[in-house]
Amino acid sequence: MQISKRLRIATLTAATTALMSTATLFGANAQETYRIGYAISKTGPGAPGAATSTTPNYEMWVKEINDAGGLKVGDKQIPIEVVEYDDRSSSEEAVRAIERLINQDKVDFILSPWGTGINLAVAPILDRAGYAHIAGTAVTDKAPQLAKRWTNSYWLLGTGEQYAVELAEFLKGLKDDGKINDKVAMIAVADGFGIELSKAGREALEDRDFELVYDKTYPLGSQDLATIVNEIKSLGVDTFVAFSYPPGTLGLTEQSRILKFNPKVFYAGVGTAFPLYKNRFGDDAQGVISLGGASENDPKIADYIERHVAFAGREPDRWASIVNWASLQSLQQAIERAGSTEREAVNAELAKGGFDTILGTYKPGDQNFWQVGQWQDGKFVGIAPTSMEGAQDLVFPKPDWNGAQ
Amino acid sequence: MFSYAVFSGITLGGMYALVAMGLTLQYGVSRIMNLAYGELVIVASFVAYILMTTLGINPIVGLLIIIPASFALNWIIYRILLTPLVARAKNRGMLEVDSILATFGLLFIVQGILLVWFGGNYYSYDFMNNAVDVFGAAIAANRLVALGFAVVIGLGFYLVLTRTRIGTALRAVAVDPTSARLVAIDVNFASCFAFALGGAMAAVGGVLVSMFLTFSTSMGVVFTMKALIVVIMGGVGNMLGALVAGLILGVAESLVATYVDPGLTIAITYVIFLLVLLIKPSGLFGRSSS
Repeated sequence: MQISKRLRIATLTAATTALMSTATLFGANAQETYRIGYAISKTGPGAPGAATSTTPNYEMWVKEINDAGGLKVGDKQIPIEVVEYDDRSSSEEAVRAIERLINQDKVDFILSPWGTGINLAVAPILDRAGYAHIAGTAVTDKAPQLAKRWTNSYWLLGTGEQYAVELAEFLKGLKDDGKINDKVAMIAVADGFGIELSKAGREALEDRDFELVYDKTYPLGSQDLATIVNEIKSLGVDTFVAFSYPPGTLGLTEQSRILKFNPKVFYAGVGTAFPLYKNRFGDDAQGVISLGGASENDPKIADYIERHVAFAGREPDRWASIVNWASLQSLQQAIERAGSTEREAVNAELAKGGFDTILGTYKPGDQNFWQVGQWQDGKFVGIAPTSMEGAQDLVFPKPDWNGAQ
Repeated sequence: MFSYAVFSGITLGGMYALVAMGLTLQYGVSRIMNLAYGELVIVASFVAYILMTTLGINPIVGLLIIIPASFALNWIIYRILLTPLVARAKNRGMLEVDSILATFGLLFIVQGILLVWFGGNYYSYDFMNNAVDVFGAAIAANRLVALGFAVVIGLGFYLVLTRTRIGTALRAVAVDPTSARLVAIDVNFASCFAFALGGAMAAVGGVLVSMFLTFSTSMGVVFTMKALIVVIMGGVGNMLGALVAGLILGVAESLVATYVDPGLTIAITYVIFLLVLLIKPSGLFGRSSS
């Protein structure tokens, strides 16, 4: 009796599963939807970054396309269907989820996860399965080599070196004009981003005859950096550089404000280009420098920011979000240009570039965005490369902290 | 430089102690190893954030609402989730294992609810960040407030536990729940009361910490870890121990950051922790179990 009952349940389960999988197969064959999959950090230490730069853009992109009836493929309108997983901020979990998206969900396109480490982890799998990989939030000095090794991969944020060199070059200009002395204090978080940027920054600054009078790292997760700021304050530097993660960036800024440490150049980031920073510090954000930047007078950028606010209830960050949005626009145009949902055809169009985006004519991986930006009157504007169109003058020296209320 | 390092270390240590004292009560008296402790700290941070940003109620005033609310919430958690475990546990070891598993589940439930409501983003607000001069060192006012609360709660509860009737009852339950029954102590009530009180302290910690730390829904585990170190180092169930252990860790971190290297602050925490465990396994103020 017992056995037959179990058998019945087992048969029933098997039958249901079989039925369900045929249903999916039919769906895939009929190509009624374009299936997009992604694994993103919904929980764990990567979650706040993903929720700032990546997830809202993915969701807004899908919603805008589906509200308009779907992707225009040939003479058809195909809505997007999303398969989403939480990678719990772990590379292993992300790899599993991506393999599931490829083998089980058989999605048409996979959007990138959040963060340098996880993007590096999933890159070979995507390449092997023939999926394009638009790595939206990875900063690595290997970016050029990786793009060559995995031909369908695009490393949107480039190398750590480029940000460091652009900053050092900009600082050199100020030093040559006699506006700042040659002393720099540099602090970095002891994790991927901080280590790569501080290494590149150290070389770039020393090449340009700067003296690094303070050059240390602090452990990941630490927000209590008062002692560091207090020590740096006594060193007589005109330039303070922090390659920190958002909690550290906010902590360093707060401590500098409390200790009235106000160097002529105050550079900190990631996190400064986040709307959180402006909300937190208000007028005291004025003059703070960081990675990224936005041409906020550009109507396309202004329109994007406005739509993002309407969709997500908050502004996008002024670095990765903008580049990610340009890559999503590129993807849409690549599919529509290919006139097909075939992966190879879409990949081929992506590789051609020439997409019309908020960053102008763009191909994923182009580095035609701001490397150094500054808060000026509530806007995080681009100031370097100075050769780029719309580069703003630096607010110099950084105005005094008003202090907390 | 030295005095600054010491003072900022003391404020840092005060924060550690503040966050740990609730756990020492929950673990020490109720014998509940609450892995969801950090999540409940974060819940209070979010409540303080909401009160501050939408209703304009400042976090200190907000405590008047948050303390009773969190006491009630933790009372309910104990009554519904943990009482069955306590009832069926044959000994302390079993209760500890069961409570670890149960609160591990609770951790994900609380985190999940927070994620649905608040998303994964960072949160931070500006309150009492003005500098106060303490013997020539500029310290943020909100950190001093947190330190003040830590000292008052730590000393206050030390006195309550050692000098009052209910305190003695709580200590009796902590030492030996079975024998405590023999002298007419309502063990279930005492455990529940200690758990709820610990939860209320966690909430106080969460509110005060939210004034100067950037927090997110996934940060609870950081607090649980730190609190656990402080609790074990200070001696399980000992409020004064938690206060002293927290301050030692804070000052050590601060001195190492100033005179050695800020990269070694986490290392020094664990070195001290290890030393204490080697020399006095029951913690600084702990009583060695027979």
